[in-house]
Amino acid sequence: MSIWEYANPTKFMRTTDGLLPWLVAGAAVCCVGGLVWGFLTPQDFRQGSTVKIVFLHVPAAMMAINIWVMMLVASLIWIIRRHHVSALAAKAAAPIGAVMTLIALATGAIWGQPMWGTWWEWDPRLTSFLILFLFYVGYIALWSAVEDPDSAADLTGVLCLVGSVFALLSRYAVLFWNQGLHQGASLSVAPGERMSAVYRYPLYLSMLGFMLLFLALVLIRTRTEIRRRRLAALQAREMRA
Amino acid sequence: MIDLGKYAATVWLAYGVGLALLAGLIWQTVAANARARRALEEHDKNG
Repeated sequence: MSIWEYANPTKFMRTTDGLLPWLVAGAAVCCVGGLVWGFLTPQDFRQGSTVKIVFLHVPAAMMAINIWVMMLVASLIWIIRRHHVSALAAKAAAPIGAVMTLIALATGAIWGQPMWGTWWEWDPRLTSFLILFLFYVGYIALWSAVEDPDSAADLTGVLCLVGSVFALLSRYAVLFWNQGLHQGASLSVAPGERMSAVYRYPLYLSMLGFMLLFLALVLIRTRTEIRRRRLAALQAREMRA
Repeated sequence: MIDLGKYAATVWLAYGVGLALLAGLIWQTVAANARARRALEEHDKNG
């Protein structure tokens, strides 16, 4: 059996039909578990109770970047092998990525106000995240603006390749420039910088929950796109007949 | 009740905004999927 069999919409719909209930249940358990567990953690000696925001902010920021990478892979599959399901999966992932980026930006600004003394700073990571959000919006707008679905998939695929520079920049901005306000990686493994286990385990659970939530949502949205495409094809066939 | 100290408003605001955005995304995804499924079923029923 080859992975390319799933490029067949019928096979994709049949497989995801059985998979979705498990994904939804796993996402619900891990998201609720991680966020509630995180909310119940003790206050940090420097950040106070604002440390609880990390359980929402870090998984959302992680997904904002990872979703763009997933869109890049799906777009490359479309550009190289012309599998429609991969183009539709990239289209389906974009609004989820945009919301994740918005959550990361909003929760970061809310946390930054009492901790940094400002809602916003033109810091390398913050700025690259804002640009990533604008890329998501542009990507969604481009899909809506082009009528022919294959041309839209081609053009958005190219935009996705260009935007990948900013997705990578968002990930590594804190390493490239030291002058920013944003601290280093939250899950650093360097000695002395490692997050306490009290916060680390609920954060792992929350991150797993966000990953499962993304998988469930992207499958549902891809199924929606397949149904819309099928309906449009049937209506076009009737118009011709 | 959990004591959030002097940053209670900050924490509630962050969770409120974050969870509202997540809930909106989930609702929009499920609603759009149900609409697409219904439209296809109606089309199949009407031949």
